Parts: sequence; C-alpha cells; structure tokens
Amino acid sequence: MTGAQIAAKAATQTTVISRRSKKDSRRETGFALIMWGALAFICLAIAVLLLTIVIDGLPRFSMDLFTNQPSKVNPETSGIQSAILGTLYLMVLTAAFVIPIGIATAIYLEEYADSTKWFNRFIELNIQNLASVPSVVYGLLGLAFIVRGPLSLGPTLLAGGITLTLLVLPVVIIVGREAIRAVPPSISEGALALGATKWQTIWRQVLPGSIAGIATGIILALSRAIGETAPLIVIGAAVSPRFNPDGLGSAFTAMPVQIFAYSKDADPQFLELASATILVLMGLLLLMNSIAIYLRNRFEQKW
Amino acid sequence: MPDTTRTAESDPTKTMDEPTGSTSSSSAHEVSPHLEPKPASETPSTETIFDCRNVDVLYSGKLAVAEVTAPLMKREITALIGPSGCGKSTFLRCLNRMNDLIPGAEVRGEIIYHGQDLYAKDVDPVQVRKHIGMVFQKPNPFPKSIYENIAFGPRIVGMKGDMDEIVENALKRASLWDDVKDRLKDNAFGMSGGQQQRLCIARALAVEPDVLLMDEPCSALDPISTNRIEDLMLEIKEQYSIVIVTHNMQQAARVSDKTAFFTVDLSAGESNRVGRLVEHDVTEKIFTQPEDKRTEEYVTGKFG
Ligand SMILES: Nc1ncnc2c1ncn2[C@@H]1O[C@H](COP(=O)(O)OP(=O)(O)OP(=O)(O)O)[C@@H](O)[C@H]1O
Ligand SMILES: [Mg+2]
Repeated sequence: MTGAQIAAKAATQTTVISRRSKKDSRRETGFALIMWGALAFICLAIAVLLLTIVIDGLPRFSMDLFTNQPSKVNPETSGIQSAILGTLYLMVLTAAFVIPIGIATAIYLEEYADSTKWFNRFIELNIQNLASVPSVVYGLLGLAFIVRGPLSLGPTLLAGGITLTLLVLPVVIIVGREAIRAVPPSISEGALALGATKWQTIWRQVLPGSIAGIATGIILALSRAIGETAPLIVIGAAVSPRFNPDGLGSAFTAMPVQIFAYSKDADPQFLELASATILVLMGLLLLMNSIAIYLRNRFEQKW
Repeated sequence: MPDTTRTAESDPTKTMDEPTGSTSSSSAHEVSPHLEPKPASETPSTETIFDCRNVDVLYSGKLAVAEVTAPLMKREITALIGPSGCGKSTFLRCLNRMNDLIPGAEVRGEIIYHGQDLYAKDVDPVQVRKHIGMVFQKPNPFPKSIYENIAFGPRIVGMKGDMDEIVENALKRASLWDDVKDRLKDNAFGMSGGQQQRLCIARALAVEPDVLLMDEPCSALDPISTNRIEDLMLEIKEQYSIVIVTHNMQQAARVSDKTAFFTVDLSAGESNRVGRLVEHDVTEKIFTQPEDKRTEEYVTGKFG
C-alpha cells in the first residue's frame, strides 16, 4: 500500500458515519410541524369553547346559582340547586351499585371463569360490546325495564341510578379486569404456596395490588356517568324541578339535563344560566379526573 | 422403608428404631401443624418424608414426567438435577400440589407424606401447602413492607403468638434480620435480589412448614448471595426437609445429601418427550460413581 492509498483510506474512514441527509432532516421537521399543528388545533378549539362558556357563564356564577332552584320563567332568580344535588345523588347511587357489582364481576371473569367454556366467552364478548353501545340505548332500556315494565320504578332517582349503573358497568368491568390481570401470577403463587386459600389470595394480595387501577377506572366511569344527558332525558328526568330530591323514589334532575333545558330556551339569559351550569359541571369533572390521576400516580403498583 | 416410617410414627414404642431419638408427636393420619425443632441427625436419615410411587404428570393429557418412584428423606437436602425440560419443576410442584393450579395438569400415582397420600380425594391442597412451603426461581415478594411480607403467612394460617417475634425469628433464620431490622416498614421491592430471595425463604419459614421446596432459588443471584442461601439451607436442614432443583452441579454437590437425576426420554419420538428419573442416590455416589451412564455423562458435563 502506498502512502497515497493509506491517506485516501483514512480520508474515507472519517466519514464512515454519514452525515444526516438534507432530505431526512426536512422530513423530520415536516412531521414535527404536522404534530404541533394538530396539537395547536385541539388546544385552540378547547380554548375557544372554554372562553365562550366562561364569558357567557361567569356573570351568573354566584352563590345564587347554588342556592336558588331552577325556573322556567324567571331567569333572573333561577339557580340549579336541585340539579347539583341530583347529580351528586346520582353519582353516589351509581357508585354504590357499580363498585361491588363491577369488582365482583371482574374478579369472577379473571380468577374463576374458565375461559374455555362457551358461556364465559359469550359473557366476555357481550361486555366488550356493551361498552360501546350508545348511551341513549341504555336510556331506552331504563325506560322499558326500570321506569316502566318489570321494575316500574317511575322516573325516579333510583331508576336514574340503575340506568347509569348499567351504562358504566361494562367499562368498570373491563378496567377492573385489566388492573387485576396486571398483578403478576407470581404474587398469587407466592400466597397460595404459603397455604392461602384462593379467596384469601384474591382478597389480600390481588385486590390490594390492583385497587389503584380499579379505583381510577371507577372514578373515570362515574365522571362519564354524571356527564350523561340522553339516558336521563329518555327515562324522564324532571325539567327545572323547584325541589331537591328527597329520597330514592323522588323525581330528580341533573346538571346535564338542566343545561339541555336552559339552552333550548329562546331567552338569552337562560343561555347564560346554561353556561354557568356547564362551568359547575366541568369543575366537578375536573376535580374527579384530578383525583383519578392522583390515585394512579400515588398508589399504582409498579411491578 | 415407607412402612417402617409409618409404624414408627404411629407407634411411639418403636422409637428404638431411630437412633436420633426424634419422634413426631403427630399421628400418622393428620398432618401436624407445627413441628417441634428436632435434634440434628448425625447418621443418615432413615425416615421418608415423601414416598413417591409411580408418579406420572400429564399436561392436557400429554405425559410430561413418567414413573417417578423415589423415597425422599426427612431432614435431608435432596437435589433434583437434569437437563432443561426434563420435568424437575413439574415434579417439584407435585410435592405441594402447586400443579393443581395449572389447568389441564394431572398427577397420577401416589405421593405418601406422613402416611397420607397427598393426592387422595379428601386431601385439601391448601392444607398441604401450609406444611410444604415453596421458594420460587424468581424472588416474588409481595408489594408490601418487609414486615407484612413475613406476617402474611402466619396470619393466613392463624398462627398464635406475638407477631413481632414471629417476624423476627423468621428473618433471623433466613439470616436477613441484621440487614433489615431497621427498615421493617420499608417496601420489600426496595431490596436487592438476593435479599428478596432470602425474604421469600423467611416468608416460607415463618409458617413453620415441615418441608421446603426450592425451584432454582439461586439462579438469579450473584455468587455471594448464592453462598449465603446455601449456608442457610445447611443450617435449616436440621429442622426441615428440603428439596431443591438446581442447574448448578457444584451447588448440588455442596449442599445436598441425596441427588436425583432426571433426563428427557426421547424414545417415543421428539414430540413425546417424557421426563424420567434415572438415578437417585447419595450425592457423593451420583457425582463420583453413578450407576447409570447417562448420569455420569451429565454430571461430568459430557451430556448432549
Ligand atoms: N404449564 C405447563 N403446561 C404444559 N406443559 C408444561 C407446563 N409446564 C411444563 N410443561 C412441560 O413439561 C415438561 C417439563 O417441564 P419443567 O418445567 O418441569 O422442566 P424443568 O426440568 O423444570 O426445566 P428447566 O430446567 O428448564 O426449568 C416440558 O416439556 C414442558 O414443556
Ligand atoms: Mg424448572
């Protein structure tokens, strides 16, 4: 090898790792721009929405909103007390039903059901499907079977709670199963090898290990439940009742229903009331989602 | 041999048969809840703890381990060795009925433990596991404090006594107490792998089992942790019977009294691999003058 050849080789070797081509870097900036654009679009849409609501609703956002009852004729003195209480009661009622039933079903499907049996697969498939059924269909179900028909509860708080329970149950079951499945089998094996029964293993190891995920799922499901309008309207929630619900058999309204009722009115003052109600509802939803995020970050088990 | 065991157990006057003078207070037909610590046996053990007779294991109808007949001795360490897939873990899991948890697994034959067939119809696998503890290949502490990890078992089995003391004793027996005594409330996930494995051993010991089954307990550990666990096994074998699966020949030679060599029988074709027990004898004999050529090839590293 001559000196010139060696020099030439050394020269080529310095560029073994080729520099980034112009085309590549242009493509990368292109992608970044598209993604930033999409993000900006979403943020802008949300900002506009929020801003109009805040501008419309803020003047009406006062104590009166919380202390006064709704009215169909007097927008000046209207509030949403019965709707706020209705939403809170519905939430508690739905939670009371959905927590035990949802967790029990999730445990059954994950820990006991033999997935080779046809009916267990059938149940699983149906739960998946039910999670994507439009909420208005649940309203019709509630109307036919709970308000009228077999249960004949009438358009009561209890009927609303059961309807919303049916609506969010599939989601709670699916999230619960995922959380339970995330607990490694080695944990159950460890407990069983110590002489724990299956139930002791589930109750003391599997559930504590998955409770953060389950709780997060339940809160998100509840926040979906209290945002629902259609099923409550279909089952016949009261419009602008001037009384608070006082029991399971009481007529009721809820914030989304009240928002719907107010926003239909031609009087622009009612529109402001609707915006103020939206602010309250959004505040509640934000609070719930924050709790869910906090729970997940704080308590979720890293395996 | 198994018959002598049973008579000796059920008839206290026959303790003459046992030079060590160790007797079990339990009758042959009930699995004793707490074994008293017994004096170490200087002479080779003469009592069987597991008398396995013609044990077959099937997964979904397919034979995985066939015709294992072996008496495993009390207060000894028995090592199970053999190539991968020969059914060591499968066999080990028969001894505390962990195979019941695998859908499709089936065990045939008899495993006599304290005069009782573990697979008899009226035997509750949960009760079996209270007496026969298990340590797994990968440390599997519970996602709780060190204290709670140990206390879980005793609470489950309803052990009486001061829980703090039970926890301390278990940790001491697993020679972990000095490492963790100041941080019992810390999460066990913050421990090193070796400490976690010793915690799992302590956890198994806390329920005062009769037997400890260990499936490659050191395979994920460094030599120092391995050493500590081996020392630990030698210490506790005075009170417990231990069956350990290991891929480490030196480990088997170092710690075990008896060694059982399993291999894969391919005579029925590659798709019908069946694990068989080739030879079961005193460890020294297995490693120096085994009866079977396959054993010799395996222990000298000429296998395959
Ligand atoms: N859960 C299971 N379902 C079906 N077959 C299994 C199952 N577990 C083990 N087997 C089969 O049983 C045979 C023995 O497996 P086993 O795990 O007992 O071997 P091993 O000797 O412990 O191997 P290794 O040394 O790799 O751990 C293998 O052929 C394996 O494929
Ligand atoms: Mg194995």
